[in-house]
Amino acid sequence: MRLYFEVARRSFQRHLTYRVATLAGLFTNAVFGIFFSSVYRAFYQDGERGVVADFTLPEILTFVWIGQSLLMLVYLWNWWEVADSIRTGDVVSDLMKPMDFQLYWLSRDLGRASCHWLTRFVPTFAMGALLFDLAWPGTISTWLAFFISVNLAILVSFGWRFLLNLSAFWLLDVRGINTIAVLVLNFFSGLLVPIAFFPGWLRTVAEWLPFRAIVMVPVEVFLGQRTPQSALLIQAFWVVALRLLGQVVLNAAVRKLVVQGG
Amino acid sequence: MITARGLSKSYWVARHRRGALGAMRSLVDRSGREVRAVRDISFDVAAGEIVGYVGPNGAGKSTTIKMLTGILVPTAGEATVAGYVPWNQRKSLASKIGVVFGQRTQLWWDLPLIESLELLRFVYRVPVDRFQANLTEMRSLLDLDPFLETPVRQLSLGQRMRGDLAAAVLHEPPLLYLDEPTIGLDVVAKARVREFLARINRERGVTILLTTHDLADVEHLCRRMIIIDRGRLLYDGSVEALRQRHGSHRTLVVDLEAGATIDGFVRDGVELVRADGPRRWLRFDREAVSAASLISSVVARAPVVDVAIEEPAIEDIIRGIYEGGLRAEPAVSE
Repeated sequence: MRLYFEVARRSFQRHLTYRVATLAGLFTNAVFGIFFSSVYRAFYQDGERGVVADFTLPEILTFVWIGQSLLMLVYLWNWWEVADSIRTGDVVSDLMKPMDFQLYWLSRDLGRASCHWLTRFVPTFAMGALLFDLAWPGTISTWLAFFISVNLAILVSFGWRFLLNLSAFWLLDVRGINTIAVLVLNFFSGLLVPIAFFPGWLRTVAEWLPFRAIVMVPVEVFLGQRTPQSALLIQAFWVVALRLLGQVVLNAAVRKLVVQGG
Repeated sequence: MITARGLSKSYWVARHRRGALGAMRSLVDRSGREVRAVRDISFDVAAGEIVGYVGPNGAGKSTTIKMLTGILVPTAGEATVAGYVPWNQRKSLASKIGVVFGQRTQLWWDLPLIESLELLRFVYRVPVDRFQANLTEMRSLLDLDPFLETPVRQLSLGQRMRGDLAAAVLHEPPLLYLDEPTIGLDVVAKARVREFLARINRERGVTILLTTHDLADVEHLCRRMIIIDRGRLLYDGSVEALRQRHGSHRTLVVDLEAGATIDGFVRDGVELVRADGPRRWLRFDREAVSAASLISSVVARAPVVDVAIEEPAIEDIIRGIYEGGLRAEPAVSE
């Protein structure tokens, strides 16, 4: 286990070095946060409209700012580090080492996420809280449940990204997959619009997909719309399912690599 | 240390058809062609040897190395490496071998070099005192201290290669594979890599299998070389014997002053093989004629602007093996 801790520590350290990228990212989060907040404010006629699909104005603004804060923490888009190492062939030296390949990349991602808790989540959420009237949980235990739920969201997101990355063993170019993945994630994670706003049939589709566990479920926990137990159940299911699926696909990929030479 | 018997690797390359319809047909119809990257190769490497594994691009060098590390399963043949069958016992073999791919790196790009090196202690579970002793030794052997704290992305290619070499040997593997370790390096950096390899071979008894297409690497390091081309083993024996047989010719390239000529220049063991503008290529037998005396006799005949001496390239030697001798073939290839 010490190895994986050391890997995570280095990954944390690595992501701390990207200072300019962090500042640029925070600026973008602020711009989009303020933009969406203004749109929802107009839509709710500054609160006079009351409740829309279970969301009051402060709740929908909280949804907007949690979404912006989570974006980088769960690394919703464009994470292709495993695929890059497959493309360059560096993956070979990782596969040759006496370690668990998926666990190695998970450790790297957790180190990165620890960094993004501090450099992306906290500042973005603080900006939202300063600029807008948000809906705050009443109890410490809700905060705790939210914290756990976000960490599970990171694991679900990793499981999904790891699978996507493994496609590079079969595809020469992952750009097409990336385009589709960004679209699907933006929509079905609930980042753009709360899933509660979807028409009935689409909501059913969203509920059967893993993506809501990445953004929507933690938001619902924060707002008290979902019990911690139900969130834990959904998220833990997807963590385990994606981890197992990742292992199956990885084994197939390694089998292909050792037979066909990649 | 290494035993390979009848090692072969073929790839199936699917036929590519044009257009969307063609792509759909390819899904059903799996016709294609077989590429035989390595064909029936056998050799042994004893503990403590340094063997040059040589051949032109695409000869099958990397494919062989990959099979011997276990990352590629052969189509046919057997091998044992340090007592293991590589492709069945890849993870057990991992701690017995070090691998350096010249065009790749196992170092963390954004972190100081030392971070990547220290991580290897946990990867290979090396006891801390052993690891520190090895690290101290590598720091002095490879002169790592000036850039130990520098992020790898800022290192020069030569520095990065020294870092990768250290990373490959910190867990004290008895066997080291190097795939083109000097590719892209300048003369000083190449010399440094060679000196390092010679030392760990001499002092630690590390067995080394080295692929390269730079004959100078082989000449500096190896007594024995294995030559392959198009997947087949062409030669396995001493470097010296091969040079005697096929590589005794060198080529003097002279640039004459405008209007000057050396037409009719005749000397035993020297042959004018090519002329292009003011440039002349003179092939000579290094046993019969010294470069110095040849240059002075050319200079005595015509004013010369520039001279250069070309060593035979591996491709030429291989061609020589095919033809059973070099005499009929021009030594300079463009």
